Amino acid sequence: MRRTLSVLAGLIAAVALWEGYKAVGDPDGTVVLGTRILPRADDLSMPHVWDMLRRLGQPELTGGRPVWQVVLGACLFTLGITAVGFAAGAVVGLLLAVVMQRFRIVERGLLPYVILSQTVPLVALAPLVAGWSGNLSFGPYPWQDWMTVAVIAAYLSFFPVAVGMLRGLQSPPASGAELMRSYAAGWWRTLLKLRLPASLPYLFPALRLAGAAAVVGAVVGEISTGTRGGVGRLVIEYSREATSDPAKVYTAMLGAALLGLLVAALVSLLELPLMRHRRRIRVVTM
Amino acid sequence: MRLFAIAASLLLLTACGTADQSPTTAASGGVTPIKLQLQWFYQAQFAGYIAAVDKGFYREQGLDVELLEGGVDIVPQTVLAQGKADYAVAWVPKALASREQGAEITDVGQIFARSGTYQVAWKSSGITGPADFKGKKVGNWGFGNEFELFAGMTGAGVDPGKDVTLVQQQFDMQALLKKEIDVAQAMSYNEYAQLLEATDPATGTLYTPDAFQIIDWKTVGSAMLQDAVWASTPRLSDPAYQQQTVKFLTGTIKGWAYCRDNPVECRDLVVAKGSKLGRSHQLWQMNEVNKLIWPSTGGIGLIDEAAWKQTVDISLTAKNQTGDTVLTKQPSGQAYTNDYIRQALDQAGVDTTGAAFKPETVTLSPGGA
Repeated sequence: MRRTLSVLAGLIAAVALWEGYKAVGDPDGTVVLGTRILPRADDLSMPHVWDMLRRLGQPELTGGRPVWQVVLGACLFTLGITAVGFAAGAVVGLLLAVVMQRFRIVERGLLPYVILSQTVPLVALAPLVAGWSGNLSFGPYPWQDWMTVAVIAAYLSFFPVAVGMLRGLQSPPASGAELMRSYAAGWWRTLLKLRLPASLPYLFPALRLAGAAAVVGAVVGEISTGTRGGVGRLVIEYSREATSDPAKVYTAMLGAALLGLLVAALVSLLELPLMRHRRRIRVVTM
Repeated sequence: MRLFAIAASLLLLTACGTADQSPTTAASGGVTPIKLQLQWFYQAQFAGYIAAVDKGFYREQGLDVELLEGGVDIVPQTVLAQGKADYAVAWVPKALASREQGAEITDVGQIFARSGTYQVAWKSSGITGPADFKGKKVGNWGFGNEFELFAGMTGAGVDPGKDVTLVQQQFDMQALLKKEIDVAQAMSYNEYAQLLEATDPATGTLYTPDAFQIIDWKTVGSAMLQDAVWASTPRLSDPAYQQQTVKFLTGTIKGWAYCRDNPVECRDLVVAKGSKLGRSHQLWQMNEVNKLIWPSTGGIGLIDEAAWKQTVDISLTAKNQTGDTVLTKQPSGQAYTNDYIRQALDQAGVDTTGAAFKPETVTLSPGGA
């Protein structure tokens, strides 16, 4: 309940900020020494919130479906890609973390590259992935365009999981590990009984970051490769009409923002059944 | 357990085998599958290809053509050079630049005989030609789209480096409408129409062409060749690919001739492909694109040597703001050939010059809807 209220309050605050700036801001923006420090507040640059909402209800093209249906459909499409990318990224991240925890030398050798991987600009990466992936196939099934986008989403989302999970696996104190050794527990048992449960409080924030990163990756990947059907493609298609139909541009952005919120909420749901173990971790690691 | 994991990962690896390198080796049911990479999303700029697919002009040549849409980071000539498409539509200067960097591609059909690039100013500004750009803010898109502008200014005695303020322009016309820039780059078939679809806040009605002054690089004399069909140079030595190229060009010619004679129907075909641009905007685009092709003196697609030479000359001499030219040396090898388009023109069996072509008058509605 309190959560819903705070979400609502945040939404109202955002709308108030937008409309408030529109009311007091200079329609031509504020320019100091030739540099624009505040954006233009005219209707072409910042359409009214109610104009955006009204645009959502109007047909996308004459006689076509209303914009909200198109945006919603596109969001669902992107949600699917995001889910695949997120799942793949999370699995890769988890495996990397486990391997890095197991072999110190792998951690030393790999971790710098894991970090380096995130400094590669996405716009440079996307055409590259699209380039080499086109020749791949899974047996009789050829590579699909959406898979390229999912790979980009996975590429962004594996990182927080790998780093967060590594931290989590390393979190049990030496005494815990020694206790396990005194029970003659091997690496596998120690992982299952001690390290994995102890890593959960580290894993979930990492997963939430990964979820957000997967959305960004999917949207940017769609823009970059022009993949049809998703909300990223809508953003770029509608932005071409910024001159004549500015409110429409924001409907697609609204959709992308909602998608981000939805994914964040879904990832938090993952937490519920698993975090009941939280108390037990404390007992084990104390 | 561990063994199982290793076996599973091995299985996955083998499953990810590399597919056939050449996309057209397998023919199914007598038709050859072909991929054509477009420069952008479906729009009337590609109506001829879309019509050739939908109206069966490719199929009657024994080709099953799949159109691949472009995207922000999709470079058609690179896709072609990588062997992921059999043909690509690309602007000549950009494709020549890719050639210089090693892409082995050949222009086999110059579909657009004329350039559609404008520079647009407010009529009230008194700017009528590139000589008037002196001291003004000049918008341009960069990324290789700017060389006609720079050649035009240089030709008019305006130094692009010193005499004007260059502004990186978005792919919309807001900057001109808000008078942030004095002249804006626009394609006749796209951005210029966006201006005429926008509402003038002063009057509450759409802007009219009277409000704007067009500087057309075709009349200035710094125009460069644009949309052309590019083929893979190494594969052109294969007789099968040669034949296929002639067939593909024949279907393409018929598609564009159909769109010349039936612009409204072709617009409907484009809209049916799921274009997000409105109907009146697409009809405008169809009409403007037709103007870039028709009437065609030598027949559609035939590369005019003078226009080619002008494009190459400007590519070699015009410098942009960073001092770069499109090309550093004359294109080597087979940059273009009329061999296949000539055969296709003979085989097409339709009017390939369009001498009687008359453009329509298209009325744009608000937002292009």
